[in-house]
Amino acid sequence: MQALTTRSKIAVNKKMTFMERIYIPAILGGMAITLRHFFKKKVTIQYPEQQREFAPIYRGHHVLKRDENGAERCTACGLCAVACPAEAITMVAAERKKGEEALYREEKYAEIYEINMLRCIFCGLCEEACPKEAIFLTDEMVLTDYARAGFVHGKDKLVEPMDKDKRIDVSKRQTKEVAEFKKHPEYAHNQVYTKSLKA
Amino acid sequence: MAKVTIDGIEIEVPDGTTILNAARMIGGKTAPPAMCYYSKLKQTGGYCRTCLVKVAAGSTKDPRPMPKLVVSCSTPVQDGMVVQNMTSPEVLEARKGVVEFLLINHPLDCPICDQAGECKLQDLGYEHGLEKTRYEFGRRKFEMIDIGDKIKLTMTRCILCYRCVRVAEQLTDKRVHGVMNRGDVAEISTYIQNIVGNDFSGNVIDVCPVGALTDRTFRFKSRIWNVKPMDAHRDCKKCCGKAIVWYQGEEILKVSARKDQNDEVENFICNECRFDKKKTADWVIEKPTHIDDKSVIAQNHYEHLKELKMGHAHLVKKLPESNQPEQK
Repeated sequence: MQALTTRSKIAVNKKMTFMERIYIPAILGGMAITLRHFFKKKVTIQYPEQQREFAPIYRGHHVLKRDENGAERCTACGLCAVACPAEAITMVAAERKKGEEALYREEKYAEIYEINMLRCIFCGLCEEACPKEAIFLTDEMVLTDYARAGFVHGKDKLVEPMDKDKRIDVSKRQTKEVAEFKKHPEYAHNQVYTKSLKA
Repeated sequence: MAKVTIDGIEIEVPDGTTILNAARMIGGKTAPPAMCYYSKLKQTGGYCRTCLVKVAAGSTKDPRPMPKLVVSCSTPVQDGMVVQNMTSPEVLEARKGVVEFLLINHPLDCPICDQAGECKLQDLGYEHGLEKTRYEFGRRKFEMIDIGDKIKLTMTRCILCYRCVRVAEQLTDKRVHGVMNRGDVAEISTYIQNIVGNDFSGNVIDVCPVGALTDRTFRFKSRIWNVKPMDAHRDCKKCCGKAIVWYQGEEILKVSARKDQNDEVENFICNECRFDKKKTADWVIEKPTHIDDKSVIAQNHYEHLKELKMGHAHLVKKLPESNQPEQK
Protein backbone atom coordinates (compact mmCIF):
# COMPACT_ATOMS: atom_id res chain seq x y z
CA MET A 1 0.00 0.00 0.00
CA GLN A 2 1.18 3.48 -0.80
CA ALA A 3 2.09 5.61 2.23
CA LEU A 4 -0.45 8.31 3.00
CA THR A 5 2.18 10.73 4.27
CA THR A 6 5.93 11.14 4.09
CA ARG A 7 6.15 12.25 7.72
CA SER A 8 5.12 9.05 9.42
CA LYS A 9 7.60 7.59 11.96
CA ILE A 10 7.91 4.01 13.01
CA ALA A 11 7.43 3.75 16.77
CA VAL A 12 10.02 1.65 18.58
CA ASN A 13 8.99 -0.05 21.78
CA LYS A 14 12.48 0.17 23.27
CA LYS A 15 13.03 -0.44 26.97
CA MET A 16 13.82 2.76 28.97
CA THR A 17 17.10 3.11 30.87
CA PHE A 18 17.18 3.67 34.66
CA MET A 19 17.73 7.44 34.30
CA GLU A 20 14.79 7.74 31.98
CA ARG A 21 12.64 5.62 34.26
CA ILE A 22 13.01 7.84 37.34
CA TYR A 23 11.82 10.92 35.27
CA ILE A 24 13.64 13.41 37.54
CA PRO A 25 16.15 14.70 34.93
CA ALA A 26 13.30 15.30 32.48
CA ILE A 27 11.24 17.15 35.11
CA LEU A 28 14.24 19.30 36.10
CA GLY A 29 14.88 20.07 32.45
CA GLY A 30 11.32 21.23 32.03
CA MET A 31 11.44 23.39 35.15
CA ALA A 32 14.66 25.01 33.94
CA ILE A 33 12.92 26.10 30.77
CA THR A 34 10.05 27.56 32.80
CA LEU A 35 12.46 29.34 35.14
CA ARG A 36 14.34 30.90 32.25
CA HIS A 37 11.13 32.58 31.09
CA PHE A 38 10.80 34.47 34.41
CA PHE A 39 13.74 36.63 33.44
CA LYS A 40 12.74 37.24 29.84
CA LYS A 41 10.94 40.36 28.59
CA LYS A 42 7.18 40.00 28.99
CA VAL A 43 5.18 39.78 25.76
CA THR A 44 1.84 40.58 27.37
CA ILE A 45 0.66 44.01 28.47
CA GLN A 46 -1.78 45.07 31.18
CA TYR A 47 -4.51 45.92 28.68
CA PRO A 48 -6.89 48.53 30.07
CA GLU A 49 -4.10 50.51 31.75
CA GLN A 50 -1.54 49.93 29.07
CA GLN A 51 -2.40 50.14 25.38
CA ARG A 52 -0.43 49.27 22.32
CA GLU A 53 0.28 51.90 19.73
CA PHE A 54 -2.07 51.85 16.74
CA ALA A 55 -0.80 52.02 13.19
CA PRO A 56 -1.70 55.40 11.67
CA ILE A 57 -3.93 53.71 9.12
CA TYR A 58 -5.35 51.03 11.39
CA ARG A 59 -8.56 49.62 9.91
CA GLY A 60 -11.18 49.68 12.62
CA HIS A 61 -14.73 50.94 12.96
CA HIS A 62 -16.17 52.73 9.92
CA VAL A 63 -17.23 56.35 9.80
CA LEU A 64 -19.52 58.09 7.33
CA LYS A 65 -18.04 61.54 6.86
CA ARG A 66 -19.81 64.86 6.60
CA ASP A 67 -18.48 67.63 4.39
CA GLU A 68 -17.21 70.98 5.65
CA ASN A 69 -20.78 72.31 5.90
CA GLY A 70 -22.01 69.34 7.88
CA ALA A 71 -23.91 67.61 5.08
CA GLU A 72 -23.56 63.85 4.65
CA ARG A 73 -21.22 62.96 1.84
CA CYS A 74 -22.71 59.53 1.11
CA THR A 75 -24.99 59.41 -1.94
CA ALA A 76 -25.91 55.71 -1.64
CA CYS A 77 -24.30 54.84 -4.96
CA GLY A 78 -23.82 51.27 -3.79
CA LEU A 79 -20.21 50.90 -4.90
CA CYS A 80 -19.01 50.02 -1.39
CA ALA A 81 -21.63 47.28 -1.20
CA VAL A 82 -20.46 45.89 -4.54
CA ALA A 83 -16.80 46.11 -3.55
CA CYS A 84 -17.39 44.45 -0.16
CA PRO A 85 -16.06 40.87 -0.33
CA ALA A 86 -17.95 39.90 2.82
CA GLU A 87 -21.24 41.43 1.66
CA ALA A 88 -21.55 43.27 4.93
CA ILE A 89 -22.97 46.53 3.60
CA THR A 90 -26.62 47.18 2.73
CA MET A 91 -28.32 50.44 1.97
CA VAL A 92 -31.59 52.00 0.93
CA ALA A 93 -31.47 55.24 -1.01
CA ALA A 94 -33.89 58.13 -0.81
CA GLU A 95 -34.40 61.44 -2.53
CA ARG A 96 -33.52 64.65 -0.75
CA LYS A 97 -36.48 66.88 -0.12
CA LYS A 98 -36.57 70.64 -0.22
CA GLY A 99 -35.08 72.14 2.91
CA GLU A 100 -32.75 69.23 3.57
CA GLU A 101 -29.86 70.71 1.60
CA ALA A 102 -27.87 71.27 4.77
CA LEU A 103 -28.25 67.63 5.79
CA TYR A 104 -27.35 65.84 2.57
CA ARG A 105 -24.78 66.93 0.05
CA GLU A 106 -26.52 65.68 -3.09
CA GLU A 107 -30.06 64.96 -4.20
CA LYS A 108 -29.76 61.30 -3.35
CA TYR A 109 -28.75 60.04 0.07
CA ALA A 110 -28.71 56.85 2.10
CA GLU A 111 -31.86 56.57 4.15
CA ILE A 112 -30.67 53.32 5.69
CA TYR A 113 -27.01 52.39 5.71
CA GLU A 114 -26.02 49.30 7.61
CA ILE A 115 -22.74 47.48 8.10
CA ASN A 116 -22.83 44.08 9.73
CA MET A 117 -19.71 44.15 11.87
CA LEU A 118 -19.80 40.38 12.28
CA ARG A 119 -19.47 39.94 8.54
CA CYS A 120 -17.01 42.78 7.99
CA ILE A 121 -13.40 41.68 7.57
CA PHE A 122 -12.01 45.25 7.81
CA CYS A 123 -10.25 45.02 4.47
CA GLY A 124 -10.89 48.66 3.57
CA LEU A 125 -12.18 47.99 0.06
CA CYS A 126 -15.30 50.09 0.75
CA GLU A 127 -13.07 53.02 1.54
CA GLU A 128 -11.18 52.45 -1.68
CA ALA A 129 -14.33 52.13 -3.79
CA CYS A 130 -16.06 55.24 -2.46
CA PRO A 131 -16.21 57.94 -5.16
CA LYS A 132 -17.47 60.56 -2.74
CA GLU A 133 -14.92 60.13 0.05
CA ALA A 134 -17.76 59.35 2.40
CA ILE A 135 -16.73 56.13 4.10
CA PHE A 136 -13.49 55.70 5.97
CA LEU A 137 -12.15 53.16 8.41
CA THR A 138 -10.88 54.65 11.66
CA ASP A 139 -8.57 53.63 14.49
CA GLU A 140 -11.54 53.01 16.77
CA MET A 141 -12.36 49.47 17.85
CA VAL A 142 -15.75 47.90 17.26
CA LEU A 143 -17.30 47.42 20.68
CA THR A 144 -18.62 44.07 21.80
CA ASP A 145 -22.22 43.30 22.45
CA TYR A 146 -24.37 40.63 24.07
CA ALA A 147 -26.64 40.08 21.06
CA ARG A 148 -25.99 39.70 17.35
CA ALA A 149 -28.42 42.50 16.48
CA GLY A 150 -26.11 44.98 18.20
CA PHE A 151 -23.42 44.35 15.63
CA VAL A 152 -25.48 45.63 12.73
CA HIS A 153 -24.42 49.23 12.85
CA GLY A 154 -26.82 51.72 11.29
CA LYS A 155 -26.40 55.36 10.51
CA ASP A 156 -26.72 56.29 14.18
CA LYS A 157 -23.38 54.64 14.89
CA LEU A 158 -21.65 55.29 11.57
CA VAL A 159 -22.28 58.92 10.70
CA GLU A 160 -19.88 61.27 12.44
CA PRO A 161 -21.29 63.93 14.78
CA MET A 162 -22.45 67.26 13.35
CA ASP A 163 -20.40 69.15 15.95
CA LYS A 164 -17.21 70.35 14.25
CA ASP A 165 -15.04 69.61 17.29
CA LYS A 166 -16.25 66.03 17.49
CA ARG A 167 -15.59 65.20 13.84
CA ILE A 168 -13.39 62.20 13.22
CA ASP A 169 -10.06 63.05 11.68
CA VAL A 170 -9.15 60.81 8.76
CA SER A 171 -6.49 63.07 7.25
CA LYS A 172 -3.77 60.63 8.31
CA ARG A 173 -5.30 57.99 6.05
CA GLN A 174 -4.71 60.12 3.00
CA THR A 175 -1.12 60.26 1.89
CA LYS A 176 0.52 63.52 0.89
CA GLU A 177 0.37 62.47 -2.74
CA VAL A 178 -3.39 61.87 -2.60
CA ALA A 179 -4.07 65.17 -0.87
CA GLU A 180 -2.00 67.00 -3.49
CA PHE A 181 -3.72 65.11 -6.31
CA LYS A 182 -7.13 66.26 -5.15
CA LYS A 183 -6.21 69.93 -5.21
CA HIS A 184 -5.66 69.82 -8.95
CA PRO A 185 -8.52 71.47 -10.90
CA GLU A 186 -8.43 68.68 -13.48
CA TYR A 187 -9.65 66.21 -10.91
CA ALA A 188 -12.28 68.50 -9.49
CA HIS A 189 -15.18 66.59 -11.05
CA ASN A 190 -15.95 65.09 -7.67
CA GLN A 191 -16.93 68.47 -6.35
CA VAL A 192 -20.50 69.68 -6.32
CA TYR A 193 -21.05 72.62 -8.60
CA THR A 194 -23.06 75.27 -6.84
CA LYS A 195 -22.04 78.25 -8.90
CA SER A 196 -24.02 78.78 -12.07
CA LEU A 197 -22.28 79.55 -15.34
CA LYS A 198 -23.09 83.25 -15.32
CA ALA A 199 -22.32 83.96 -11.69
CA MET B 1 -25.33 45.96 -54.39
CA ALA B 2 -22.09 47.56 -53.25
CA LYS B 3 -18.92 45.93 -52.03
CA VAL B 4 -17.22 47.72 -49.15
CA THR B 5 -14.18 46.90 -47.04
CA ILE B 6 -14.38 47.93 -43.41
CA ASP B 7 -11.29 47.34 -41.27
CA GLY B 8 -10.08 44.84 -43.84
CA ILE B 9 -13.33 42.84 -43.83
CA GLU B 10 -15.21 42.77 -47.12
CA ILE B 11 -19.01 42.79 -47.15
CA GLU B 12 -21.65 43.21 -49.81
CA VAL B 13 -24.55 45.47 -48.86
CA PRO B 14 -27.53 46.94 -50.73
CA ASP B 15 -27.06 50.36 -52.32
CA GLY B 16 -27.90 53.27 -50.06
CA THR B 17 -26.86 51.50 -46.86
CA THR B 18 -24.90 53.75 -44.54
CA ILE B 19 -21.34 52.86 -43.51
CA LEU B 20 -22.52 52.42 -39.93
CA ASN B 21 -25.18 49.89 -40.87
CA ALA B 22 -22.74 48.01 -43.11
CA ALA B 23 -20.28 47.87 -40.20
CA ARG B 24 -23.04 46.67 -37.88
CA MET B 25 -23.69 43.79 -40.29
CA ILE B 26 -20.10 42.71 -39.65
CA GLY B 27 -20.57 43.41 -35.97
CA GLY B 28 -18.15 43.38 -33.06
CA LYS B 29 -15.56 46.11 -32.71
CA THR B 30 -15.88 46.99 -36.39
CA ALA B 31 -19.17 48.76 -35.73
CA PRO B 32 -18.43 52.32 -34.61
CA PRO B 33 -20.21 53.50 -31.46
CA ALA B 34 -23.17 55.81 -31.99
CA MET B 35 -24.73 58.05 -29.40
CA CYS B 36 -27.41 59.77 -31.47
CA TYR B 37 -28.17 57.50 -34.45
CA TYR B 38 -31.08 55.12 -33.87
CA SER B 39 -31.99 52.73 -36.66
CA LYS B 40 -35.55 52.35 -35.36
CA LEU B 41 -36.26 56.06 -35.67
CA LYS B 42 -36.16 58.25 -38.76
CA GLN B 43 -34.00 61.32 -39.18
CA THR B 44 -31.63 60.45 -36.36
CA GLY B 45 -27.86 60.73 -36.49
CA GLY B 46 -25.35 63.37 -37.37
CA TYR B 47 -25.29 65.20 -34.04
CA CYS B 48 -22.84 63.45 -31.78
CA ARG B 49 -19.93 62.66 -34.15
CA THR B 50 -18.89 59.55 -32.20
CA CYS B 51 -19.27 57.36 -35.28
CA LEU B 52 -16.56 59.17 -37.28
CA VAL B 53 -14.64 56.88 -39.64
CA LYS B 54 -11.92 57.33 -42.23
CA VAL B 55 -12.72 56.63 -45.86
CA ALA B 56 -9.42 55.54 -47.38
CA ALA B 57 -10.88 55.06 -50.87
CA GLY B 58 -14.14 56.65 -52.04
CA SER B 59 -15.23 54.12 -54.67
CA THR B 60 -13.96 52.00 -57.56
CA LYS B 61 -14.59 54.82 -60.02
CA ASP B 62 -12.97 57.47 -57.90
CA PRO B 63 -10.55 55.83 -55.45
CA ARG B 64 -9.35 59.07 -53.88
CA PRO B 65 -9.70 59.13 -50.07
CA MET B 66 -12.21 61.51 -48.55
CA PRO B 67 -10.40 64.62 -47.28
CA LYS B 68 -11.86 64.52 -43.76
CA LEU B 69 -13.28 61.93 -41.42
CA VAL B 70 -16.95 61.29 -42.18
CA VAL B 71 -19.92 60.47 -39.97
CA SER B 72 -20.65 56.84 -40.76
CA CYS B 73 -24.31 57.05 -39.68
CA SER B 74 -25.30 59.32 -42.56
CA THR B 75 -22.75 58.54 -45.27
CA PRO B 76 -24.00 55.96 -47.77
CA VAL B 77 -21.60 53.32 -49.05
CA GLN B 78 -20.32 53.19 -52.60
CA ASP B 79 -19.02 50.22 -54.54
CA GLY B 80 -15.34 49.66 -53.78
CA MET B 81 -15.26 51.91 -50.72
CA VAL B 82 -12.50 51.21 -48.20
CA VAL B 83 -13.31 52.30 -44.65
CA GLN B 84 -11.09 52.33 -41.58
CA ASN B 85 -12.55 52.38 -38.11
CA MET B 86 -10.54 50.73 -35.34
CA THR B 87 -7.51 50.28 -37.61
CA SER B 88 -7.03 54.01 -38.08
CA PRO B 89 -5.23 55.88 -35.26
CA GLU B 90 -6.64 59.10 -36.69
CA VAL B 91 -10.20 57.90 -36.04
CA LEU B 92 -9.41 56.78 -32.50
CA GLU B 93 -7.79 60.14 -31.77
CA ALA B 94 -10.79 62.01 -33.18
CA ARG B 95 -13.19 59.86 -31.17
CA LYS B 96 -11.24 60.60 -28.04
CA GLY B 97 -11.74 64.27 -28.76
CA VAL B 98 -15.46 63.77 -29.34
CA VAL B 99 -15.81 61.99 -26.00
CA GLU B 100 -14.03 64.87 -24.34
CA PHE B 101 -16.48 67.28 -25.95
CA LEU B 102 -19.48 65.20 -24.87
CA LEU B 103 -18.17 65.16 -21.31
CA ILE B 104 -17.46 68.89 -21.11
CA ASN B 105 -20.90 69.69 -19.76
CA HIS B 106 -21.77 66.27 -18.41
CA PRO B 107 -21.98 66.50 -14.63
CA LEU B 108 -20.38 63.07 -13.98
CA ASP B 109 -22.85 62.43 -11.22
CA CYS B 110 -22.84 58.69 -11.94
CA PRO B 111 -23.05 57.83 -8.21
CA ILE B 112 -26.54 59.32 -8.06
CA CYS B 113 -27.62 58.59 -11.64
CA ASP B 114 -30.05 55.72 -12.21
CA GLN B 115 -28.63 55.10 -15.68
CA ALA B 116 -25.17 54.25 -14.31
CA GLY B 117 -24.30 50.72 -15.33
CA GLU B 118 -26.34 50.75 -18.53
CA CYS B 119 -25.19 54.15 -19.73
CA LYS B 120 -23.72 54.40 -23.21
CA LEU B 121 -21.72 57.49 -22.35
CA GLN B 122 -20.14 55.65 -19.45
CA ASP B 123 -19.10 52.81 -21.77
CA LEU B 124 -17.84 55.25 -24.36
CA GLY B 125 -15.88 57.26 -21.83
CA TYR B 126 -14.37 54.09 -20.44
CA GLU B 127 -13.31 52.85 -23.86
CA HIS B 128 -12.13 56.01 -25.53
CA GLY B 129 -12.10 58.80 -23.01
CA LEU B 130 -9.52 60.49 -20.90
CA GLU B 131 -9.59 60.10 -17.16
CA LYS B 132 -9.37 63.84 -16.61
CA THR B 133 -10.87 66.97 -18.05
CA ARG B 134 -9.03 69.97 -19.46
CA TYR B 135 -12.09 72.17 -19.09
CA GLU B 136 -11.75 74.65 -16.27
CA PHE B 137 -15.09 76.45 -16.36
CA GLY B 138 -18.31 75.60 -14.60
CA ARG B 139 -20.69 73.16 -16.18
CA ARG B 140 -24.13 73.99 -17.60
CA LYS B 141 -26.85 74.44 -15.05
CA PHE B 142 -30.60 74.38 -15.60
CA GLU B 143 -33.71 75.06 -13.66
CA MET B 144 -35.29 71.72 -12.77
CA ILE B 145 -38.31 71.08 -14.98
CA ASP B 146 -40.99 68.67 -13.84
CA ILE B 147 -42.29 66.64 -16.78
CA GLY B 148 -44.67 64.42 -14.88
CA ASP B 149 -44.59 61.72 -12.26
CA LYS B 150 -43.48 58.95 -14.62
CA ILE B 151 -40.48 60.39 -16.40
CA LYS B 152 -37.67 62.33 -14.78
CA LEU B 153 -35.73 64.85 -16.80
CA THR B 154 -32.26 65.75 -15.58
CA MET B 155 -31.18 68.29 -18.12
CA THR B 156 -27.57 68.62 -16.96
CA ARG B 157 -26.84 65.06 -18.10
CA CYS B 158 -28.26 65.54 -21.61
CA ILE B 159 -25.90 65.29 -24.57
CA LEU B 160 -28.50 66.62 -27.04
CA CYS B 161 -28.74 63.51 -29.23
CA TYR B 162 -32.35 64.39 -30.23
CA ARG B 163 -33.45 60.74 -29.97
CA CYS B 164 -36.25 61.55 -27.54
CA VAL B 165 -37.46 64.35 -29.78
CA ARG B 166 -37.74 61.87 -32.65
CA VAL B 167 -39.67 59.47 -30.43
CA ALA B 168 -42.07 62.26 -29.58
CA GLU B 169 -42.42 63.11 -33.26
CA GLN B 170 -42.75 59.64 -34.69
CA LEU B 171 -44.34 57.51 -31.98
CA THR B 172 -46.76 59.87 -30.32
CA ASP B 173 -49.46 61.73 -32.21
CA LYS B 174 -49.03 65.06 -30.51
CA ARG B 175 -45.54 66.32 -29.95
CA VAL B 176 -45.29 67.94 -26.55
CA HIS B 177 -41.58 68.18 -26.07
CA GLY B 178 -38.59 69.27 -28.05
CA VAL B 179 -35.34 71.16 -27.96
CA MET B 180 -35.58 74.80 -26.96
CA ASN B 181 -32.98 77.52 -27.48
CA ARG B 182 -29.75 77.15 -29.34
CA GLY B 183 -26.09 76.33 -28.89
CA ASP B 184 -24.75 76.23 -25.38
CA VAL B 185 -28.12 76.88 -23.75
CA ALA B 186 -30.12 74.36 -25.82
CA GLU B 187 -32.23 72.08 -23.67
CA ILE B 188 -34.85 69.37 -23.86
CA SER B 189 -38.07 70.84 -22.61
CA THR B 190 -41.81 70.41 -22.78
CA TYR B 191 -43.65 73.35 -24.23
CA ILE B 192 -45.00 75.49 -21.38
CA GLN B 193 -44.17 72.58 -19.11
CA ASN B 194 -46.84 70.28 -20.48
CA ILE B 195 -47.14 66.86 -18.96
CA VAL B 196 -45.99 64.15 -21.34
CA GLY B 197 -49.22 62.18 -21.37
CA ASN B 198 -49.10 60.07 -24.51
CA ASP B 199 -49.27 56.29 -24.28
CA PHE B 200 -45.86 55.78 -25.80
CA SER B 201 -44.01 58.68 -24.22
CA GLY B 202 -42.19 56.32 -21.82
CA ASN B 203 -40.00 55.11 -24.66
CA VAL B 204 -37.89 58.24 -24.38
CA ILE B 205 -36.39 56.57 -21.30
CA ASP B 206 -35.14 53.62 -23.33
CA VAL B 207 -33.79 55.62 -26.23
CA CYS B 208 -31.91 58.08 -24.05
CA PRO B 209 -28.25 57.04 -24.16
CA VAL B 210 -27.47 58.85 -20.91
CA GLY B 211 -29.35 59.46 -17.67
CA ALA B 212 -31.16 62.59 -18.81
CA LEU B 213 -34.51 60.82 -19.08
CA THR B 214 -35.02 58.15 -16.45
CA ASP B 215 -37.90 56.15 -15.04
CA ARG B 216 -39.32 58.06 -12.09
CA THR B 217 -41.02 54.96 -10.70
CA PHE B 218 -37.57 53.37 -10.40
CA ARG B 219 -35.86 56.50 -9.16
CA PHE B 220 -33.28 55.68 -6.48
CA LYS B 221 -35.00 52.34 -5.76
CA SER B 222 -31.91 50.28 -6.46
CA ARG B 223 -28.80 50.21 -8.58
CA ILE B 224 -29.08 48.50 -11.93
CA TRP B 225 -26.49 45.84 -11.06
CA ASN B 226 -28.57 44.76 -8.07
CA VAL B 227 -31.70 43.98 -10.08
CA LYS B 228 -32.20 40.86 -12.16
CA PRO B 229 -33.60 41.30 -15.67
CA MET B 230 -36.07 38.73 -17.02
CA ASP B 231 -37.71 38.55 -20.43
CA ALA B 232 -41.47 38.66 -19.97
CA HIS B 233 -44.60 39.29 -21.97
CA ARG B 234 -48.26 40.07 -21.40
CA ASP B 235 -51.37 40.62 -23.46
CA CYS B 236 -51.52 44.29 -24.19
CA LYS B 237 -54.02 45.96 -26.49
CA LYS B 238 -51.82 48.95 -27.14
CA CYS B 239 -48.40 47.42 -27.73
CA CYS B 240 -46.68 44.09 -28.36
CA GLY B 241 -46.38 43.49 -24.62
CA LYS B 242 -42.84 42.12 -24.88
CA ALA B 243 -40.60 43.62 -22.24
CA ILE B 244 -37.89 43.10 -19.67
CA VAL B 245 -38.90 43.12 -16.03
CA TRP B 246 -36.21 43.96 -13.50
CA TYR B 247 -36.55 42.03 -10.26
CA GLN B 248 -35.17 42.72 -6.84
CA GLY B 249 -36.14 39.74 -4.75
CA GLU B 250 -39.76 39.13 -5.64
CA GLU B 251 -40.53 42.71 -6.49
CA ILE B 252 -40.54 44.18 -10.00
CA LEU B 253 -38.82 47.52 -9.73
CA LYS B 254 -38.65 48.48 -13.38
CA VAL B 255 -40.03 47.49 -16.76
CA SER B 256 -38.17 48.34 -19.93
CA ALA B 257 -38.34 47.45 -23.61
CA ARG B 258 -36.18 44.67 -25.04
CA LYS B 259 -33.03 45.72 -26.82
CA ASP B 260 -31.17 44.17 -29.73
CA GLN B 261 -27.40 43.68 -30.15
CA ASN B 262 -26.96 47.35 -31.10
CA ASP B 263 -28.64 48.32 -27.84
CA GLU B 264 -31.66 49.64 -29.68
CA VAL B 265 -35.23 48.94 -28.67
CA GLU B 266 -36.75 45.99 -30.54
CA ASN B 267 -40.39 46.87 -29.95
CA PHE B 268 -41.59 50.02 -28.30
CA ILE B 269 -43.85 49.39 -25.32
CA CYS B 270 -46.72 51.43 -23.94
CA ASN B 271 -46.78 53.38 -20.72
CA GLU B 272 -49.28 51.01 -19.10
CA CYS B 273 -46.84 48.09 -19.42
CA ARG B 274 -43.93 50.23 -18.37
CA PHE B 275 -45.24 52.08 -15.36
CA ASP B 276 -48.37 50.35 -14.08
CA LYS B 277 -47.74 46.62 -14.38
CA LYS B 278 -45.34 45.91 -11.58
CA LYS B 279 -46.65 42.64 -10.26
CA THR B 280 -45.42 39.19 -11.23
CA ALA B 281 -49.06 38.22 -11.82
CA ASP B 282 -49.25 40.74 -14.68
CA TRP B 283 -46.48 39.07 -16.63
CA VAL B 284 -45.56 35.72 -18.15
CA ILE B 285 -41.88 35.26 -17.37
CA GLU B 286 -39.89 33.62 -20.16
CA LYS B 287 -36.21 33.49 -19.24
CA PRO B 288 -33.37 35.60 -17.87
CA THR B 289 -32.48 38.39 -20.27
CA HIS B 290 -29.27 37.95 -22.19
CA ILE B 291 -26.67 40.40 -20.97
CA ASP B 292 -23.36 40.81 -22.72
CA ASP B 293 -20.41 39.45 -20.75
CA LYS B 294 -18.57 42.73 -21.09
CA SER B 295 -21.34 44.68 -19.40
CA VAL B 296 -20.80 45.70 -15.79
CA ILE B 297 -24.25 44.37 -14.94
CA ALA B 298 -23.33 40.85 -16.12
CA GLN B 299 -21.93 40.16 -12.66
CA ASN B 300 -23.92 37.49 -10.79
CA HIS B 301 -26.22 37.15 -13.77
CA TYR B 302 -26.77 33.55 -14.80
CA GLU B 303 -28.60 32.61 -17.97
CA HIS B 304 -27.51 29.10 -18.78
CA LEU B 305 -28.12 27.01 -15.69
CA LYS B 306 -29.44 24.20 -17.85
CA GLU B 307 -26.30 24.18 -19.96
CA LEU B 308 -24.16 24.28 -16.85
CA LYS B 309 -25.84 21.15 -15.58
CA MET B 310 -25.45 19.46 -18.93
CA GLY B 311 -21.80 20.37 -18.95
CA HIS B 312 -21.44 18.79 -15.56
CA ALA B 313 -23.11 15.57 -16.68
CA HIS B 314 -20.67 15.43 -19.55
CA LEU B 315 -17.78 15.59 -17.09
CA VAL B 316 -19.21 12.85 -14.93
CA LYS B 317 -19.25 10.49 -17.90
CA LYS B 318 -15.56 11.09 -18.47
CA LEU B 319 -14.56 9.71 -15.06
CA PRO B 320 -13.41 6.07 -14.86
CA GLU B 321 -16.19 3.62 -14.14
CA SER B 322 -14.98 2.82 -10.62
CA ASN B 323 -15.42 6.50 -9.67
CA GLN B 324 -18.93 6.84 -11.08
CA PRO B 325 -21.57 7.75 -8.53
CA GLU B 326 -24.13 5.05 -8.03
CA GLN B 327 -27.12 5.49 -10.27
CA LYS B 328 -30.59 4.65 -9.16
